[in-house]
This record gives sequence, C-alpha cells and structure tokens, in this order.
Amino acid sequence: MIPAPFDYAVAESVEHAVQLLGSSDDAKIIAGGHSLLLLMRLRMATPSLLVDVGRIPGMSGVRDAGDRLAIGARTRHHDVHHDPLLREHCPIVAETAGMIGDPQVRHRGTIGGSVAHGDPASDMPTVLLALDADLVLQGPGGSRTVPARDFFTGFLETALAPDEVLTEIHVPKTGDAWSYLKFQRRSQDWAMVGVAALVQRSNGGVGSARIAFTNMGLTPVRASAAEAAMAGASGDGIRAAAEKAAEGTSPPSDTNASADFRRHLAQVLTRRAVEQALAR
Amino acid sequence: MSRIAVTVNGVRQERDVEPRTLLVHFLREDLGLVGTNVGCDTSSCGACTVFVNGESVKSCTMLAVQADGTEVTTIEGLAPAGQMHPMQEAFQQYHALQCGFCTPGMVMAAVGLLNEIPSPTEEEVREGLEGNLCRCTGYHNIVKAVLAAAGK
Amino acid sequence: MATTTPKPLIGEPIPRKEDPELLTGRGRYTEDISLPGMLWAHVVRSPYAHATIRGVDTSKAAAMAGCLAAWSGADLAGDWAGPLVCAWPITDDIKMSTHWPVAQDKVRHVGDAVAVVIAESRALAKDAAELVEVDYDPLPAVTDVKAALADGAPLVHDDWGTNLSCVWSCENNSPAPRNSPSAPFFDDPDLVKVKGEYFLARLIPNAMEPRAGLVDYNPAQGEFTLYSTTQIPHVLRTTMVLTCGIPEAKLRVVAPDVGGGFGSKLDSYAEEAILLAAAKRMARPVKWVSERTDDYVSTIQGREMYQEIELAATRDGVVKAVRVRLLANMGAYYQLVSPGIPMLGAWLYCGPYDMEGYDLEYWNVFTHTTPTDAYRGAGRPEATYAIERAMDTLAFELEMDPVELRRKNFITKDKFPNHTIVSGLTVDSGDYHQTLDECLRILDYDAVRADQQKRRESGSTKVTGVGFSTWLEMCGLAPSRVLAALKYVAGGWDAATIEMMPTGTVRCLIGVSPHGQGHVTTFSQMVADHLGVGYDDVEVLHGDTQVVPLGMDTYGSRSLAVGGVAAWHACEKVIAKARTVVAHQLECAEEDLDFAGGTFTVKGTDKTMGIKEAAFAAWSAHNIPDGMEPGLAGTHLYDPPNFSWPNGAHACVVEVDTETGEVEILRYVAADDCGVVINPLVVDGQIHGGVAQGIAETLYEEAIWDESGNLLTGNMVSYLVPSAAELPQFELGRCVTPSPTNPMGVKGIGEGGTIAAPAAVGNAVVDALSHLGVRNVGRPFTPERVMTAIWEAQR
Repeated sequence: MIPAPFDYAVAESVEHAVQLLGSSDDAKIIAGGHSLLLLMRLRMATPSLLVDVGRIPGMSGVRDAGDRLAIGARTRHHDVHHDPLLREHCPIVAETAGMIGDPQVRHRGTIGGSVAHGDPASDMPTVLLALDADLVLQGPGGSRTVPARDFFTGFLETALAPDEVLTEIHVPKTGDAWSYLKFQRRSQDWAMVGVAALVQRSNGGVGSARIAFTNMGLTPVRASAAEAAMAGASGDGIRAAAEKAAEGTSPPSDTNASADFRRHLAQVLTRRAVEQALAR
Repeated sequence: MSRIAVTVNGVRQERDVEPRTLLVHFLREDLGLVGTNVGCDTSSCGACTVFVNGESVKSCTMLAVQADGTEVTTIEGLAPAGQMHPMQEAFQQYHALQCGFCTPGMVMAAVGLLNEIPSPTEEEVREGLEGNLCRCTGYHNIVKAVLAAAGK
Repeated sequence: MATTTPKPLIGEPIPRKEDPELLTGRGRYTEDISLPGMLWAHVVRSPYAHATIRGVDTSKAAAMAGCLAAWSGADLAGDWAGPLVCAWPITDDIKMSTHWPVAQDKVRHVGDAVAVVIAESRALAKDAAELVEVDYDPLPAVTDVKAALADGAPLVHDDWGTNLSCVWSCENNSPAPRNSPSAPFFDDPDLVKVKGEYFLARLIPNAMEPRAGLVDYNPAQGEFTLYSTTQIPHVLRTTMVLTCGIPEAKLRVVAPDVGGGFGSKLDSYAEEAILLAAAKRMARPVKWVSERTDDYVSTIQGREMYQEIELAATRDGVVKAVRVRLLANMGAYYQLVSPGIPMLGAWLYCGPYDMEGYDLEYWNVFTHTTPTDAYRGAGRPEATYAIERAMDTLAFELEMDPVELRRKNFITKDKFPNHTIVSGLTVDSGDYHQTLDECLRILDYDAVRADQQKRRESGSTKVTGVGFSTWLEMCGLAPSRVLAALKYVAGGWDAATIEMMPTGTVRCLIGVSPHGQGHVTTFSQMVADHLGVGYDDVEVLHGDTQVVPLGMDTYGSRSLAVGGVAAWHACEKVIAKARTVVAHQLECAEEDLDFAGGTFTVKGTDKTMGIKEAAFAAWSAHNIPDGMEPGLAGTHLYDPPNFSWPNGAHACVVEVDTETGEVEILRYVAADDCGVVINPLVVDGQIHGGVAQGIAETLYEEAIWDESGNLLTGNMVSYLVPSAAELPQFELGRCVTPSPTNPMGVKGIGEGGTIAAPAAVGNAVVDALSHLGVRNVGRPFTPERVMTAIWEAQR
C-alpha cells in the first residue's frame, strides 16, 4: 500500500521534465498516476525519482489542427470524454475515454499516461492504433512524431525513450462509421477483449475497415486479415470476414479467459463492432 | 520531505510530507480525518473517494504532494458539523448502508455523480457507482437512495 | 409459551440509530484508533506455498533506522501458551493441524507468517519487512483436494502421512439418526435416479474493511486491551488466552465499529496473537493493519468443495432418497471452526422436501492453500445448491415443470410444529407452498415462460431462462447440548442484560456483536416495545468484553434468534421485579397489576405507576420490599432449544448471450419467511446483501491458485467482487410463520439470501440453455464456461 521511498520533482516545463528525466537512471513521469501508482503501491515499480508533469502549463486540452485534432497528453479521460471537438470530429476517442476505469479514475487518469504505459489491455491505445494516430514525443534533441503503429513495441514497452515526454496525440478528423466494443466481466475492469472498428461505408456495406484489438497480444494489434476480408463486405460477408479476426493475434490466457476464448470473442466482437458502426 | 498546502474542508492545512505519502494517509494520519477509509490497494473499491477541486477521486491513488494547492472535501466536510447532506439523509432513510465502511466513499461518489448527472436513470446510477464496492447492501438501497436524492 | 402482543415499534421500518455517525465519517473502526506511543507491526509472509524454513535473518531489518524489533517464528516460539485454536474437532479420530501464529519450521501456504517487524510508522514497518531475509527450501505443493488425496501427494502435515484429516458421515457421526439409509432406494430398479456433480469455487470473503488490530498493554496491571476487527470479541478473548497465556481476567477485547465480516472475522487469528505478544515485549501499543492483497492470503476463505449428489424418485416425481458425497478443501490449517463447516449443511441436502432415505459423507482435506472456514451461509449454500440443482435435473429427466416437482415434494404445513425431517433434525415451522406462491405471484411465471419461448422461436442469440431455489436452512446457532453432540467445544447460548437507569433510560447490554446488522436499532425497537419506554430511551451497548462480559457473538444468523430472545427474557425479569416494587408501593397484590405501555395499573382502579418510576424507586431503595436487592436490572442467558429454520422461495430470470456466454440477471425475486420481523428495512437489507453475495459467487467470484500454490486472483482487480453495475434491483416478498421455538416468533435471516441465490441463478442459466442441450455449467458461470457448455452440448 505504501510505495518505496523516492525523490520527487515538479517539472515547470516540458524541457525541464526532459532534463529531470535525464538526471536519474530510474526516473519516471507521473501525471494522473493511475498506471504508475498502482504498481508503486504494490512495490512492483520502485522508481528513484518521480517527475511530476501535472503542473506544466499547456499540456492538456484539445485543439483543432486542420485535418487533425491535437490532444494534450495530460488531458484527463473525463475531459477527453466530454470534449466537443472530439465528439464532433473523432467520436470514437471521446466515447472510448468514457469506458476507461470508473468515474474517479477518469477524473485523474490521462490519455498520455494510458498511452505511455503501453498496456495491451488498455482501451485507448487500441483506438489510436485503429485511427492511425500520431504521437508527439519531446526529448533532449527536440521533438519527433511516431505513428501509433510504431509506438507500441512490447508488453508495457513503447518507443518512448527514458528521457522523452509524450506531449501530444494527433488524431484525424474522421467521418468513418465507428465502434469500440469492450468485453469485460465487471464494468470497472480492463477489457477481456476490446475491438475498435472504423468503417468507410459503401453501398450500405463496408468499403474499407480499420480494426484493432485490445488484449489480444503483447501490444494493441491491428486485425490485418479481417481488415482485408472486410473490404467490400456486406451482410453475411461481414460475418465471414469477422471469422478471420483472430488471425495473427497471440492473446494471453489468464484467470478471466483462455487465449482460445479470446480468439472466439475477437471474432464475435469484430462482427458486432462493424455491424454496430454501420448501423450508427 | 515536501512542504504542501491543501485546503481541506475549507481549512488551509500546511504540512511537511514524505513524497510517497498517499493523499488518503495524509488525510487520515496527518490531519486525523479518519472518515475516509481504505479498502484495497489496487484502486478498485472506492472506499477512499474524496473530492479534489470538486471532483471525485480515489485518494489512495494520488500522492499528497500532487494535492498541493488543491481544495479537498472529505466526508467530514460534506455538511456542516451536526448536519447531514441530502445524500447522507437519503442513505439513512433508504437503509443504504450496513457496516458503513464503504459508505463515506460511496456517498462522495454519489454526490459527485449527481454533480455531473443531476437526474440520472437507474442504469446511470449503477454505472456511475461502478468504482465503489459494497459487500453488505447488494447496492439495491444505495441505488434507491441516490435516485431519491436526485429528486426522483 | 407466552407471546408478546404486537407493539407499535416491532415491525416498523425505522431508519437506523447507527447511521448518522457512519454517514458523516464519525464511525470509529479499528484502524481509526491511535494511541500515544503506538508502534506498527508488519507481518512478513511466505511467497512459497510449501517450503522448509532453513533460517530467518532479521538483522538488517532490526538495524534499520525506525525499526525497533524484528522476530522470526523461532524467536517468538516461547511467547505462546499453545497454538491457534480450532474449536471443532468433529470426529474422535480427526487429524488436527498445529498452527503457530508465526511459522517455525515450515510454511504451508503462500501468506503463512514467517517474521514480524515492529517500527515507528506504518511505512517504516513495511520498509523493514523487505529487509528480512528468509532462507527457504521450496517443496512441491498441492492445492486441489483430489490431487491432495492421490498417492504420493505432497503432505501438508508430514506427521499424519496423509492429507485426509477426517471423514464425517450422517450414518456414523450424526447424533440425530436419519430416517433410513438411502441404499435400498438406489437399488430399486423402479425408481428414477439422477446424479449431479458440482465444484464450488474457493471464495474470498471481502468484508470491505480489511482486518486490523491494536493492542494496548498496561505493564503495571498486566492488562491487555485488544481492539480488533472481529465478529467475536467474547470467543476471541477465550481463544487468545489459550494461545497467549494471559489470565482471562486481564484481557479485554474491543470490537469497535467493524466493517463487515461474513464469517471472515469469526476467527482467532495469528496477527491478534502476534500483537498481544509484541505489545508485551515492547511495552507500547502496537497496531497492525492488513493491506488488501495481504488479506487475500491471510484471512480465511470460503466454500471450495466437490459435490456428488444423487436422487432417487418415482416416475411421477416423488423423491424417495438423497445420497451425497463431499470433498472439502480445508486449506493448510484448521482455523476456528473449519472442520465443521460442511456439517452445517449436512442435514440440509434434502431441502424442504419429504423423503425416506438419506446419506451424506464428507471428507476434510488439507492442501497448501489459505485456510477455509465460515463464509456467509457456511455449509448451507453448498447444500442448497446441490439439492436445488439436482431437483431441476430430476425435473428435466421426468419432463416435469420444476415448480410442480417442488410442490409435489414439499413438507406440508400440517406437519408442523416440529417435524423431524429425513436427515434427522426437527424443523419447527414453515409453509413452503406459501412462499413459493408469493414468489410466483411476484414473478408472473407464465409471462416469463412465454417470453422465453418467444425468444427461442425467434432464433435470438439472447435467450432467457428462469431458475428457482426453494430453500430451508438451520441457523441461530445453537442448542448447547446439540453442539456438544457435534463435538463443538463451546456452547450456543447468548446473553443480555437490561437495566433501567435511575433517570428512566434503559441500558441494554448484548452479547452478540454486530458488524453492520443494525443491532442497536433492532434491539432498541424490541426493548422499547417490551418495556413500554421510548425508542430513544434505549441505549444498546456491545462489542467490548469489559462492558458486556457475557456473550457468544455474531455468526450463523443467531443475533436475533438467540441474542434477541435473551433480551426478551431479560426484559421479562425487569418487568417482574418492577411489578414487585410497584405492588409494594401501591399496596396491592402483584397479580392485581396489569402492565401495558410502560405503566402498571391496579385492576379496576385508576391507580397507576410507570416502570420508570419503579426504576427510580428500585434505585433509590427508599421503599422496596424487605430483602429485595436495590436496582432494576435483569440478565438472561438464553440457550435455544432448537435451531432456527428460515426458508423461502427465490426465482431468478437471466438473459444469456449464446455467442459470448455473458449472463445478465434480468430479475431476481425473493419471497422469504424469517418469522416475525422486527425491522423490515434491516431484514430486507440482509436479504439484498445476501442475494448479491450469492449471485457474486455464482457468476463472478473464484479464487484461483496455480500449481505452485500462488494465488492468481490476488487482489481486487483479478478477484471479481461485483459492483452496482453488475447487479439488478431485487423484488422481495414476505411470508410469516412465527417460530414456535421462541416467544418472539423470530428466525435468523442473515444468511438466507446467500444460501438461496446460487441455486436460483444456476438453475436459471441452465434453463436458458436447456434447448441447446446444456445440462450443467461449471461454477462460477464465466462467459468462457457458459460457451464451453454450449459447445460441448452441441458437439
């Protein structure tokens, strides 16, 4: 319940945060703390220095960036959920944010924290992967942009260097039909399996679809085989395409479900997600 | 140690704390506000729910240093001493508590819910309290109390 | 036996007296109490399920700044007068475990205590605990009962040469003979037989308040005060005296506000003994607060049982006999009453049904897991699940409606009072047709069946099912002589003292020890009515052995059915003495006095005297009969002549997604009979919470160990206690057949919901899938298990 001792520093700017991160071998960023503090309380994470980015001005909120929206990394799930720009131009992000954790968690947890933690059971990374979002990272050498596709590198591992700060998330303004289905046993739980679907309609069916999974591997994953099969599908064709959903995935087995059952769920949920998107 | 200043239940409190001090332990042990309870160590149960700047948070999942400069309301500060908030009154009227351990957090979460959704449906109440576990009541009377407090 | 006439307060849904403090954060739980000079203890626990302890090095911990002491099990061995107490050696040949508060030679489950550190703060104690170095020699572990019984299985207790602790059977061990053996019925070729095999998962009780303790030691007097999150301050005082060698008069146990128990705080725990030893060694107060993940491996757990049940019935649905075999997982050690938990259900595998043959046998088996003990319902949810699932299986086999089959076999009300059921115990009262009628009335059974049929015909992937659980249980533990025959070492009485104070208020001391049940309110209602004083005149005190020396505490739905009846008798004693005082003062014969509404009236006159005036007169003693002791108080120790026999009929309607296996509860109806109701708010609350726990164990909750004995569901993220979002509103009905066993007509209702619900939910899920060929689903009914059952049925 009580974390091991650590040093604590308040970053006054992103540059300051980068500098602080570089000053210690085992420094970690804390924003909302809803990924890191969980591990620290169980002493599964024992960073020597916590760099608090919670007071850096300008890191939260959503701004219009032309054909994209730029979401500040420290924007809380609650604010992502209610943001009018997201609701208008990228509703899948807003809706998914409302499914994360519970109200108290959404009042503290941030989109950047959720993404930077790299947990394949988290919802938002999956949605960003499906959206082909871009992540803006700032380090000692300046800023770089990494596509979501390249960001999630392993279980709790990302392209973020130890002395980099995730500052912004860029998502496209999209008119695609969409759905995020989260299969969970309890409302507050992480997804047993989650499916994000973005569908371009064509003649009442699917023109093309982008589909990604939560908790179907070590990272959030795109359902490439199902995406290919879904192109041009309608009616029973959607069902057939969805049967390819689990191809190429390597889901975990745990106390909630076996890997095989997750594969089954991925198929059912993929079909339902595409159908729900089309019906929306 | 870090120096922090937090306004708790309307009173400014300045203390030196270890950075690892959780907000809930700051409230309970530094300020003696033991109404806020700890029921788990995984941010699951919600017994420790308080308001920070008017919004419900789990005070076990926040460092006291992160609360520096904020306004915190605990169950003790929800109503003036000797009085009860309408939500507390509804909990008593509808027998929405038994052992009482989850109750402070449940009441805070319920008040926070109505702040955001003033007239919720039963389903919205149930979903809105998803982060608070109770082992005694089966939630039936909690849901009734929250709906009643919302004027339903 | 006399009965009370109905009074205004009994039966009223009065909001609780307890609530304002609890609602405003002014409650005081054990963790909330701090004492000057207080130190903190942290218990170092084994990460291995089975290992030899080669050595414990506490030197680094002890040398840490802020750490005052660090002890191994060997260091503390001399502090114990005996091992932790198990009070229920159920057979003459039972193999008992020896359970020291801190392990000395071996650890036997993950979470077994291996060392204790004492430090200036909670954080420092935790830091110091990480510096304790234990040299383990890991050994193979066994967690499953069947594996533990196999040849060559790792032994939990080497000396016994087996993991089988004992076998208990109705035939050989029950003091109440069963009607007749079951074998002839199962040999009868004309009878239909069905068999059910069920595995009930291990459950973690999850009282919302984790366990905690604080000991204040007064070296000058040699007195200890133990504040504990306990359901059983009185029993704990006795057991801690046996473990710690403290003179019984020098140990005070206080149960302040207690945040739920459900049986998990009905125990005599290692940490309580450790705190008593530590406070004495340090001569300072010492506190310990469990973290939830710690609690998950160190607090007793519930259920975990393999069940085999067989029914023999005629082709037209008359059940003739039941035969049951159970394998129960005791974990690594016997805790306070672990061996007898299956026995608490051993007479109930016949349900509320008339039968002729009965057999039951259970095996208690040790494994390298956290000990099991009483968890809400204790033995009776297991029994009800088995018989009610088997009844549905029989109904299916006979192509009968499950309601009709139940009706055909119910014990009818004309058999009461006091009907001896097939298993040998005597049930005092009930009307099982009436509770089922009430349940069906609320349910609208025909409409539910019609909707089910419509959905099936539409080919929807969302199908519905309805399940029933007509339940009967024995609680209100218990007649002391019966407990003696069952080899339980303590009695089953309880005590109350009612004292009229000089100012006219009433002090009510109760030996039962609430932890959420609302005793202060319920007892105030009863006592105020009985004495004819105001509700607010009554102060109910409990949970402190110094204030209330006599009691047997709260478990087994006994508080009202035993403790409440004790208070009734104590009130009678007060009234009797007041009558003598009043007769003396009014110069009349006692039998000329009527007593009603708190006032004595001389028959046929307008001469009156209130009981409050009598109390003052008795206290001042200015004018009381010669030889009478001053004061107006009565103490009664009540030993119930029978168990309490609440019962009811529950129905659950579920929707099952046949593509994902998700189960949603659409409706839950409960029509129960707990005799006379004192406070319907409180009773309904007990049923709501009990049903929720029953649903939880059927659909969500399951403690899972890996092969090495690690708890994979080790916290509240992975062990799924449901929230409001997972549960429905409940629809309650009520029937009242007053218990003839006690003068108030009351029955216990603390566990009925948990006893009934699993079978109702289970029957509903299987019913929903019956058209697909599903006949059973493993518990808990996870989406994967439901889908697996569908796939296997269709294979």
